Amino acid sequence: MRDFSYFRADNIEAARNAAALPGAMLLAGGTTLVDLAKCGVAEPATVIDISHIEGLNAIDASADRALIGALAKMSHVADNAEVKSFFPAVSEALWQAASAQLRNMATIGGNLMQRTRCPYFRDPANFPACNKRVAGSGCSAIGGVTRGHAVLGVSEACIATYPGDLAVALVAFDAEVDLGERKLKVEDFFLAPGATAEQEHDIRPGEVITAIEIPGSAAARRSTYIKVRDRQSYEFAAASAAVGLELEGDGRTIRDIRVALGGVATKPWRARAVEDALKGKALDEATIREASELAMEGAVDHGANRYKIALAPRVIARAILKLGETA
Amino acid sequence: MTVHDIKHAASDSARLEAVGGRLSRVDGPAKITGAAHYAVEQQLEGLTHAVLVGATIAAGKVTAIDTRAAETAPGVLAVLTPDTIMELRGASDWFGKAPAQPTFSPLVREVTFSGQHVAAVVAETFEQAVAAAALVKVWYDETPAIVDLSDGKAGDGIPIEAMTKEWGDAEAAFAEAPVRICAAYNTPREFQAAMEPHGLIARWEGDELTIWEPSQWLDGMARTYAEWFSIPFENVRLVSPYIGGGFGSKALALAHSAVAAAAAKMLDRPVKLVLNRPQNFTSYGGRAATRQTVAIGADRDGKIQSIVHRGVNETAVDGMWVEPLGSVTSIMYATPNFSSKQNVVRVNTVVPGAKRAPGENPSAFGIECAIDELAYELNIDPMEMRLINYAEQDPHAKKAWSTRQLREAFAAGAEAFGWARRSPQPRSMRDGHQLVGWGVAAGTYPVRRAHGEAVVKLLSDGSVVVESSSIDMGQGTYTILAQTAAETLGVPVENVTVKLGDSHFARAGVTGGSRLAGVMTGAVHKAAGQALDELIGLALSDPRSPFQKLQSNTLVVRDGRIASPRGEGPELLIAELMSAVGRDHIEAKGDTLPASTTPEERYKNYTTIAMSIPHTEGDYSRHSWCAHFVEVRVDEDFGTVRVSRVVSALDSGRLYNPKLAESQWKGGIIMGIGQALLEEGIVDRRHGRIVNGNFADYMLPTNADIPDIQTISVGIPDPHSSALGGKGVGELAIVGIAPAIANAVFHAKGKRVRDLPITLEKLI
Repeated sequence: MRDFSYFRADNIEAARNAAALPGAMLLAGGTTLVDLAKCGVAEPATVIDISHIEGLNAIDASADRALIGALAKMSHVADNAEVKSFFPAVSEALWQAASAQLRNMATIGGNLMQRTRCPYFRDPANFPACNKRVAGSGCSAIGGVTRGHAVLGVSEACIATYPGDLAVALVAFDAEVDLGERKLKVEDFFLAPGATAEQEHDIRPGEVITAIEIPGSAAARRSTYIKVRDRQSYEFAAASAAVGLELEGDGRTIRDIRVALGGVATKPWRARAVEDALKGKALDEATIREASELAMEGAVDHGANRYKIALAPRVIARAILKLGETA
Repeated sequence: MTVHDIKHAASDSARLEAVGGRLSRVDGPAKITGAAHYAVEQQLEGLTHAVLVGATIAAGKVTAIDTRAAETAPGVLAVLTPDTIMELRGASDWFGKAPAQPTFSPLVREVTFSGQHVAAVVAETFEQAVAAAALVKVWYDETPAIVDLSDGKAGDGIPIEAMTKEWGDAEAAFAEAPVRICAAYNTPREFQAAMEPHGLIARWEGDELTIWEPSQWLDGMARTYAEWFSIPFENVRLVSPYIGGGFGSKALALAHSAVAAAAAKMLDRPVKLVLNRPQNFTSYGGRAATRQTVAIGADRDGKIQSIVHRGVNETAVDGMWVEPLGSVTSIMYATPNFSSKQNVVRVNTVVPGAKRAPGENPSAFGIECAIDELAYELNIDPMEMRLINYAEQDPHAKKAWSTRQLREAFAAGAEAFGWARRSPQPRSMRDGHQLVGWGVAAGTYPVRRAHGEAVVKLLSDGSVVVESSSIDMGQGTYTILAQTAAETLGVPVENVTVKLGDSHFARAGVTGGSRLAGVMTGAVHKAAGQALDELIGLALSDPRSPFQKLQSNTLVVRDGRIASPRGEGPELLIAELMSAVGRDHIEAKGDTLPASTTPEERYKNYTTIAMSIPHTEGDYSRHSWCAHFVEVRVDEDFGTVRVSRVVSALDSGRLYNPKLAESQWKGGIIMGIGQALLEEGIVDRRHGRIVNGNFADYMLPTNADIPDIQTISVGIPDPHSSALGGKGVGELAIVGIAPAIANAVFHAKGKRVRDLPITLEKLI
């Protein structure tokens, strides 16, 4: 770990000013920054501690919307009664993420800034080539161990999977991220690698996430998050799905459906093809399973991750079927 | 040296403190309150910190090392390279065999595996050392590496003749058998993954070296340090107060240990070196990857006619590890014809090492899956298949079992599990989207025996101190030795203090192969018996003793009080007698060696494994046995496997402390669940490098992965295995869990997975 200077921001303006400095990185819960500093990926010149800024950890949720401060802890949001009632997929995504200890430390804003778990990205000493770390240096993952890598949104520059859970649910329900001067759809905040894998987020120097806002909807109220992995806890998703469902008055025709995927794409992945195929259709298992396959259009595998192409549609289908079973 | 106050620990049942009582671990309170200080937590004046630089190639030469930037970095005291580290003498191996090379450099110029130590930085603080280590630049001349067993360059390997076991004509009998199965079973590279990382503090005072290091073998490691630095064995003091998990990995002094001790000598300052988590995956060997082929020929009624077994394990380019793959294959079932042969293949890895039940564990995976396949082939219940082929004696050694309660284990396990309600057809049991499967497998581990010594001191206040250089890595040594001394001497267990983990105490051999409890209870029993004899002798013969005029032949000690057997005459506390006869202590050293043993033989006994006693010595073949019954749920869409129930019935002979034995069995079962479903060192085949060497990516089971586990003891005292009748506990229960799970997965899903771990993509 390299020496760095430390600055504690007492208010959001001070944080924004400091964040504009070259080599500055924000410290909130620390669960990502400390980890990446230890493995040599993050080498901040200045660490700006925003964890003492007051008023940024509020959770204000109702049927209409959820407004969640950037410094709210993952565990607090997961446990919030209104979030559980009106946005169950958000709560479920959070409590299936990381471990209890990490959820008690990590913040919502920091969670959006979580970096990939690609082992090549995380080991600069042994794998100098990584387009995410050093633009144009190459990709060590392609041709290597790819069991956890993405099949959607990949490019020749990068196949690293977006690892988080919360953002998958946020993308499904059209949440926005508040950057102060700008508000962005979470879906647009995350960037697929294309030729510029080093740019993961649409965030500019001096911008600080202050909150996320999730609009309420019938689909958000009847929603779930299914996360599939070999280990029951404390593992990133092999594939996950956040799904919301709204039925017509007949109780079997789909009026609205939201589908987003985790663990299989380079960013939290909205599966609109599946949504479009199912809107207006009856809640029927064969129809659901067939439509779920549409999520994998354009998928590209690198050998060891081919199973994800078979797995992800099943996760979507099971999530929809689970919601269909609940009255 | 560590002392535990037992007064607060005694809480359970009536006969808690006797051997066989369920006394709680006496070291437990110190561990859960943080009062237990582990080896590298010692606070020393002037302590410096060393950090290693590992090779980024798997094969080749170091051509140059640029240390200038590191040397001028803040706080740096030294940058060590193969050119600048002091030369050490080669040390003999754990059999006591002389080294191939007269000298030894723990930092290398010739790289044979990725992560091998090529340089080290010593600085005033840990952070300074980490920062400076990143500044060391190394240039290499890289050559092609053999990355694993499936590498085209690996070849068939080296036949290990000593592993060949044959009787009858196995190949011919297999060819003629009416029913035949033949399949290949693979296990990946696995790691011990102890919570406490490897590391040490080394301090020199003149030519005396003190090492604080977690150790499963103080005397063996002290001997290695002595040989490296050409100092007398007695000049090395190894201190290992607590061990945060070893699982076989902490029995040897390793290259990083030598770097720290050499740096301390060169700088004349104490040096602390702790491997970071990725280095714990490359600085010492885990379980070698294995490949086995098992062919079984049988009659139509299920009676085995022949077993043909071939095995391969990986070893290092510059080190030999043989994982005995035919060890269970050759003894579990009766067969008139048998053949087992094994090769080892050199690959560019750190030399593999011992991980819980080396040999027996992968061996059981092969044979216990294969017999399950035979059972389905013949439509015979898998447990019945095992009973049809029950070995009434050791089929290989042709000797009687000392004890073998395996039939009893199957009966008790099946009853508790409800095996009779099993639906025989695969895919025939279901709970919603979960396919439910039941599987069974047996396990075994040999009774490894050795010799140990212990000192028992009776102090003037009636308290007792037991000293031994053996160790407690969580299995309960502190506790069972206190129970043994208390029972033998007739004193309350809270009067006994056990001191372990210091090589200056009475000697002990390696804590491995599930041998410590049997060896050390025997040594403590003997030493305590001698102390008791001396106490009673004093009481009967000393003119100042009130018992002297009784003219009795003997006295009894119960609850710390001495009296005549029939109760006539006085009754004295031990302290009162000691005071009456004017003694401040009685000390006895007991060992289990023959009286004729020479000092050289004693040294060899404690510092090598050359004098272990074969488990088939004399008229008997000695083993622990178990039967595992497992329920799994396989998601029909996702391929994920969860273990929902485990019932295991185990024969470890007499249990010295059932509570601690059950805990060890459950630990083995949990480790077996990880092996079956999760654990795998994943190698980037382009670079020969482990890419998941950390606890986020090397999958170990969490609490959420572990169901309720029921263990049932079916053992009986085995007088041929140990002084007090126990057999091995620590390693037994992991043997057979992985095949039981694989067999249950087949029953659930109808798909046979023969490559561990059974991850979801294999079942999609």
